Amino acid sequence: MEMLEFVVPALNVKAILPQLILSLTALTVLLVDVFADREAGKTSAANGLIAVVGVVAALFSALLTIGMRESAYSGMVLADGFSSFISVIICVVALLTVLSSINYQRSCPALDSGEYYCLLLFAAVGMMFMGAAGNLLLLFLALETMSISIYVLAGFRSTDAKSIESALKYFLLGAFASGFLLFGFALLYGATGTMDVVKIGAFLTAHPEVIHSRLLLGGVALMTVGFGFKMAMFPFHMWTPDVYEGAPTVVTGFMATGVKAAAFAAFMRVFFIALGHLQVDWTAIMWLAAFLTMTIGNVVALSQTNIKRMLAYSSIAHAGYLLVGFVAGTKMGQAAILFYLLSYAFTNLGAFGVIALLAKKDGGEYTELKDFAGLGFKYPGMGLAMAVFMFSMAGIPPASGFMGKFYLFSSAIKSGFVWLAIFGVINSVISLYYYLRVTVVMYFQEAEEEVVMPKASPAIVVGLVLAALGVLQMGILPSYLWDLAQFSIKTMIM
Amino acid sequence: MNQLHFPIISLVTFFPIFGVLILLMIDKENEDVLRGTALAFTVIEFFLSLPLLIYFNDGTAGMQFVEHFPWIRSMGITYHLGIDGISLWIVMLTTFLTPICVLCSWSYIQKHVKEYMICMLLLETAMLGALVALDLILFYVFWELMLIPMYLLIGVWGGPQRVYAAVKFFIYTAAGSVFMLLSILFLYYYNHKVTGVYTFDILELYKLNVPISVQFWLCLAFFVSFAIKVPMFPLHTWLPDAHVQAPTAGSVILAGVLLKMGTYGFLRFAMPLFPYATHQYMPVIATLSVIGIIYGALVAMVQPDMKKLVAYSSVSHLGYVMLGLFALNMQGIEGGIYQMLNHGISTGALFLIVGMIYERRHTRMIKDFGGIAKVMPVFATFFMIATLSSVAVPGTNGFVGEFMILVGAFRAYPVFAVFAASGAIFGAVYMLWMYQRVMFCPLDKPENEKLKDLNVREIITLLPLAVLVFVMGFFPGMFLRKMDASVSHFIKDFNSRYEMYAQQRQQSLGEKIAAVTATPAAGSSAVVE
Repeated sequence: MEMLEFVVPALNVKAILPQLILSLTALTVLLVDVFADREAGKTSAANGLIAVVGVVAALFSALLTIGMRESAYSGMVLADGFSSFISVIICVVALLTVLSSINYQRSCPALDSGEYYCLLLFAAVGMMFMGAAGNLLLLFLALETMSISIYVLAGFRSTDAKSIESALKYFLLGAFASGFLLFGFALLYGATGTMDVVKIGAFLTAHPEVIHSRLLLGGVALMTVGFGFKMAMFPFHMWTPDVYEGAPTVVTGFMATGVKAAAFAAFMRVFFIALGHLQVDWTAIMWLAAFLTMTIGNVVALSQTNIKRMLAYSSIAHAGYLLVGFVAGTKMGQAAILFYLLSYAFTNLGAFGVIALLAKKDGGEYTELKDFAGLGFKYPGMGLAMAVFMFSMAGIPPASGFMGKFYLFSSAIKSGFVWLAIFGVINSVISLYYYLRVTVVMYFQEAEEEVVMPKASPAIVVGLVLAALGVLQMGILPSYLWDLAQFSIKTMIM
Repeated sequence: MNQLHFPIISLVTFFPIFGVLILLMIDKENEDVLRGTALAFTVIEFFLSLPLLIYFNDGTAGMQFVEHFPWIRSMGITYHLGIDGISLWIVMLTTFLTPICVLCSWSYIQKHVKEYMICMLLLETAMLGALVALDLILFYVFWELMLIPMYLLIGVWGGPQRVYAAVKFFIYTAAGSVFMLLSILFLYYYNHKVTGVYTFDILELYKLNVPISVQFWLCLAFFVSFAIKVPMFPLHTWLPDAHVQAPTAGSVILAGVLLKMGTYGFLRFAMPLFPYATHQYMPVIATLSVIGIIYGALVAMVQPDMKKLVAYSSVSHLGYVMLGLFALNMQGIEGGIYQMLNHGISTGALFLIVGMIYERRHTRMIKDFGGIAKVMPVFATFFMIATLSSVAVPGTNGFVGEFMILVGAFRAYPVFAVFAASGAIFGAVYMLWMYQRVMFCPLDKPENEKLKDLNVREIITLLPLAVLVFVMGFFPGMFLRKMDASVSHFIKDFNSRYEMYAQQRQQSLGEKIAAVTATPAAGSSAVVE
C-alpha cells in the first residue's frame, strides 16, 4: 500500500525572527490590554513598556542575524544582510515612536490602548517584510499590512477633523497607489512568468529580448508610481503635507521614517535585483525625479509656518536626496541609502519627538513655528535636542545628516553624476534657511505667548537622548554603521 | 609620533570642550562663577598652546607635532593633525584672543551668560581644529562647525538686526563651502583613479597631478568658498552686517580669527592643490584685492557708525593680505601672514575699544562724540595705539606687514602695488579722521562729560594687544623666523609644480597644433588616393 508522504514544511524561525518577536509582542499587548483595569482619566505606560521590550528584543535579534544569507520559505523571504539592516532601521523607528507615544498619550488618551500599540507593531512587521520580501506577492501583502495599519493610526485622534481628513486622504490615495503597484506586479508577472524577485532577474538575463517589451516597461512604470507614492517622490508627493499635518505627531514621525525606509527597501530590492538589467533605462528618469523631488520639497518648505507641514516638505526633499543614491546605483550608492535612512530615522523621529513633547493636555498641539519662540533658553535640553536635529537635517557636521549626505553625494560623484551632486548641495543650502529658522525662533526670539511644556515622562527623555546620541554617533564615528551598511549591500541575495 | 611624544595638538584643540562640560555643571544663576571658569579655561588653554611655540622647530618646513590615526577607515578618512610655520602663529593668535574676548564680555553680556561662554569655548575648538586639520574631511567638519557657535553669538547676543545678520552669515558661508565639499570629493575620486589609494590626506593630495581643464573648476570652488570667508570684494556684503550686529567679542573673534580662516585656506588648500589654476587666477585675485583695498577704504571713510567703519576697514586690510599671498614670493606671503596677525590684533583692539565706549554711551555714531580724550585719557591712549597700528605707522606691527606686502606685490605686479599703496593713504584718512572727530573735537555734548575712564579689567584686556603692537613692530624677525622654512618650501614647491603643469600644457598644445597641421595633410593624401 502506498504510504501518503506528508512533508512538514521546515519552519525557518531564524529567517523571520524579528518579525515573529514583534508579532507576538503585538498580540501580547492586545491581550494584556483586555485585563488592564485603568482608573478613569489616567493613562498607563504598561502597553508602551511591553512594546518597548518587544522592539528591543527584535532589534537584538535583527543585529544578531545580520550575517545570515539564506532564502527561506521557497524564496518568499530573503534573510540577508539587507533585510537585517532594514529590520534594524525599522526597530529603531518603532522604538523611538513607542517611547514618544508613551508621553503623547497624555494629550491624546486614545493612544493608550492595546489597539494603538498593536497596530504600530504590526505596521513595523509589514515594513520589515517589505525589506525581506523575495516574492512580489509577499511584498504586496507586507505593504498592505503596513499601509492598512497606518491608515488607522493616522486617524487615531478620532475627535479631530484634521486627523480624520488625514486618514481618509491617505487611505483613498494609498489604495489607488496600491492598485497601481499591484497592476505593475501583474504586468511584470505577465512578462517574465514568475513572481520571484531573484528569478525575474535570472529570467531577464536569460531572455534579454524581454527587457524592452511593452509589458515589462508598463509594469516598471506602474510600479514606480506605487513605490513613488509611498516614498513621497515627485510627482506623487501631493498627499504628504496634509496627511503629516493631521496625523497624531508621533504617527507622523513613524510614517515619515518607517514607511519611507520600507518603501525604499522594497524599491531597491525590486529595481536592483529583479530589474537590474533596466538600470540604464530608469536612471535618466530617476535623475529627473531626484532633482525635482528635492527641489520642490525644499522650495515649498521655505514658506511653511506650521512645523509639521514644514517637516512634511522636508521629508519630500529627503526622499529626493535618497534618490540621488538610487541614481548612482552602485553598491556604494545603495549602502549610502541605507546609512541615510538610519540617520534620517534618528533625526526625524527626534524632531517629531520634540514636537510631541509640547503637546497640550487638552489635546491641542503647538505646531506653529512661532509657538517655539524663546523655548531654546526656557527649556535648554529640549532646545539643544531640537537644534541638533535641525542641524542634522540641514547636513551640518558633526551631525549624522552631514555624513549621510556626504556618502550619498560622493557615491553620485563616483558614478559620474556630478551635476546631480551639485544640485544636491544647492538644495542643502536652500534647506538651511528653513531649518535655521527653527533655531532662529527658538533662540533669537522672545516668547510671545506663554508656552508651557508639560513635564516630560522618562520614556520620551530616554527616546530623545537616544535619538540625539544616534545622530552624533553617526556623525562623528560613522565607521561601524557605514561598514555594516556596506556589508549588508554586499550580502544581498542576487 | 612627534617631538613631544604627546598628542599636544589634540589636547589644545579639545581642551575647551572640557571647559564646556564643566560649564554645563555650573548653575546658570552663578554668573560670575561662569565667567571666571570660562576665563580660567581660556587662559589655561593659552598656556597649553605655548609649548607649540617653544618646541617648534623652525629649521624644518614639514608638519610638526603630527598626530595621525585612521578615523573612517573604509573611506580613507584620517584624523591627521599637524602644525607648520604657516599655521603656528594663527593658532597662537586664536588661543591669545579668546581669553581677551571672554574678558571683554564680562559686563557686556548680561543675559544667558552660561550659553554665551559655552559658545565661545566651542568656537575656539572649532577654529583650532580647522587650523590644525590635515585631512580635508576633518578640516571640513571643523570649518562648518565654526558656523554654529558664531551664528548663535550673533543671533542671540547681537544688535537689533541680529537675526538677519546671523542668517545671512550662516547661509553665505555655508553656500560657499558646499561647493568646496564637492570639489574635495571630486579630487578624492580622481586621486583614487590615478593612484589607487583612497585618501583625503592633504599632504598626499598635494602630489596629485590634476588635469588642467578640471583644475580650474575645482580651484574655483575652493576659491569661492575661501573668498567668501576672507571676504574678497564682491562677496564681502555679509561682513559689515555680521560685524555691526555681533557683540564685541563676536566681532573680535570674527575679525581676529574667522576671517583668517579664508586666507589660511587659500594658503593651505587652494593654492598648493591647484598651482596652475592659481597662477592663472593671479591677475583676477590681485585685481579684486586692489579693488577691495580701495573700495573698503572709501566706504569706511563715509561711515557714520564707528563699528561699521572698522568693519569696512577689515575689507581693506584683508585685501592687502590677499594681494600679498598672491604675489607668490617670500616677502608677499610672509607679509600676508604677518598682516593676518596684525589685523587680528589691531582690528581686534579697535572692536574692543568701540565696544567699551558703546557700553558707556549706548551709541556708536561718530557725531555723538567729541573731545572724549579730555575725560578718558587712558582710553584715548589705547585708541591711539590701535589707530596707528591700523594705519601702519612705522614702529607698529601694521607697518611691517603692509611694507612687506607692498614689496612683494611690487616684485610681482608693480601696477597693482601702486594702486594698493594708495590704500595706505586712505587708511590714514579714515582712521585719523575718525579719531579726530571722536577724541579731539570740542567736548560739546553734556552726556559725554561724565564718562568714566577704563577700569582695571578693561585695561588688562587691552594691554596685551597694545604691547604686541610694538613688539611685533620692533622685532618682526622673532615672528618671521618661525615661518621662513615653511614659506620658502611652499614657494619652491608651488613653482616647481607650476613649471610641471606649464610644460604639460605646452606639450598638449604642441600635440594639438601637430594634430591640426597633420590633418589636412592626411586628408589631402586621402583625396590623392
